[in-house]
Amino acid sequence: MPEPEKPKKKFEFKLPQFSWKDFRLKTQVGKSIFRHDYKDDDRDRALTVLTNVFFHLHPVKVRKSGARFGFTWCAGGLSFFVFLTLVVSGILLMFYYRPTVEYAYNDIIAMREHVPFGIMRELHRWGAHAMIITVWLHMFRVFMTGSYKPPREFNWVIGVILLVLTMLLSFTGYLLPWDQLAMWAITVGSNMARATPFLGHEGPGAALLSFGDIQLIHSGSDVRFALLGGRFVGEGALLRFYILHCVAIPTVVVILMAVHFWRIRKDGGISAPL
Amino acid sequence: MIEAFKGAVDAFSSPVTIFTAAALFLTLFVSFPKFFVSKPATLGMVILSGIFFFIGLTDKHFKSIVTKPDNVPIVAMLFIFGYFTWFSLKKAVTNDALVAAGKPTVEKAEAEQKVMVFPYLIYIEFVVALAYSIGLVLWSIFLKAPLEQPANPTISPNPSKAPWYFLGLQEMLVYFDPWIAGVLLPTFIIVGLCCIPYIDRDTKMSGFYSYKGRRRAIIPFLFGFWLLWILLIVVGTFLRGPNWNFFGPFEVWDVHKVVPLVNVNLSEFIYIKWLGTGLPKLWLIRELPGIAIIGAYFLIPPAILAVTALKSVYEKLGAVRYSILMILALTMLALPIKMYLRWAFNLKYLVAIPEFFFNI
Repeated sequence: MPEPEKPKKKFEFKLPQFSWKDFRLKTQVGKSIFRHDYKDDDRDRALTVLTNVFFHLHPVKVRKSGARFGFTWCAGGLSFFVFLTLVVSGILLMFYYRPTVEYAYNDIIAMREHVPFGIMRELHRWGAHAMIITVWLHMFRVFMTGSYKPPREFNWVIGVILLVLTMLLSFTGYLLPWDQLAMWAITVGSNMARATPFLGHEGPGAALLSFGDIQLIHSGSDVRFALLGGRFVGEGALLRFYILHCVAIPTVVVILMAVHFWRIRKDGGISAPL
Repeated sequence: MIEAFKGAVDAFSSPVTIFTAAALFLTLFVSFPKFFVSKPATLGMVILSGIFFFIGLTDKHFKSIVTKPDNVPIVAMLFIFGYFTWFSLKKAVTNDALVAAGKPTVEKAEAEQKVMVFPYLIYIEFVVALAYSIGLVLWSIFLKAPLEQPANPTISPNPSKAPWYFLGLQEMLVYFDPWIAGVLLPTFIIVGLCCIPYIDRDTKMSGFYSYKGRRRAIIPFLFGFWLLWILLIVVGTFLRGPNWNFFGPFEVWDVHKVVPLVNVNLSEFIYIKWLGTGLPKLWLIRELPGIAIIGAYFLIPPAILAVTALKSVYEKLGAVRYSILMILALTMLALPIKMYLRWAFNLKYLVAIPEFFFNI
């Protein structure tokens, strides 16, 4: 008896079916990353916030009055977001830029001429201006709602320091293109430091700091010299401003931001009427 | 017609007139907030500022200044802050009316309810971040970042200006020496801002927009923010030309504009003009009148106010907080006072001790 012919298996091309949901909830890899569903219930919504390191800056629930754009103008959150965009664009700029008198200007030119569709410098510069505006706006909103009042006094103080640091970040970055605009803006700005009482060589009281005939404060030892690394805006100033701009001030800002955000939570969240 | 308007604006413009006009407008604004947030007044303000701006843009010089890439954020900022000042006052007026009617404020009505952060808050943040990103990319595509000639320490541009957010301080240099305008006053601004929550501690008025109950806090804040910060930035950026001379908004920046330097110190007024004896040799005697005036300025008004108009404030705050408040307030007022003294008497310094670089 002839064996019944096996039905020939028809070749069928089948794309592997991929379900995003199955990946998230059924595979080991997916579960390890996402851990829970995005269902429309409060448990999963709470877990979304709790299990995500970025979201967990927020509490799980906020007062309805605080979750209104009309109340916060989202100015503080936006300032943080603008800061993040500045970090990203700033890192990209650092790949192209060398902070020396010899190269700085040419590197900026090269970035403009050789990088196709390059808007990274624009994103960074306009972002810096935008951050100053958003930070001022945030301060304005916090003032107008009286949100600095106890128990939030200290967080307001940290906010003021962050505001000053934001302007210093922008100020130090202003020098880096090393064009006329940059150099003379910083010259004008740093000339003020000459006149610091006691610590600037043209400041009131500086002449009092002396041992006999030896002046302690002169143009080679005052705060302006410390800021510029020289008696004028030159090589030393460029390097110092670069380090301050890219490393020193951002580090302080990040630490203070952590404190600022932490304190919002600890001081009772976004303010609301008693 | 338009030329006549521009000529009139230029003729009217000077640091003092602009400051005075702005101060008057602010006074009206905080005196009649209900009117200014009403629909007709809002529409009027939008139309008037729009007309001014569009007439301005027909002027080549005005256009070249406000569309300078680095100045665009300032123009944007003026509109943003103008809007949000109006917006916060509008919310405050609404809340004040609710309070007057014995109802809970808008915020209070919602403060008891809680919403899940995900999705409600996170979606707001997401949309705002997205809108900002789109705006920034468009801004970056259409407006190139400025790049001038390579830095050259031997050629200083005229005028040399600090970054725009510090131009308020640079503008103060007209009235004060660098140690005050560049060091002391910024320190006072920072310290003063930090002091706010330790002076204004009434927790009943926190967490919602209000105006009536917080006039004493909001009016000085708006005064400081708008007149002593934003306005000075605008003057410093748009209206200060070569040699830091003042130019009207439609006036061409003429490098050769001649401005007489006729400013006189207080000691010269007293000893030369009035007494006719010539300046004393010893600086202490020479500057005694100025030192006395400044001492009196910081001591007498607080003392008088503490027992008269601000008695309740003094009792509420106590001596230390009251003194700090007074020092901050009087320092804040020192700038307009010096501005008016300069305008009225060509006063250069109240105290001038060049021996120690100590001029006030």
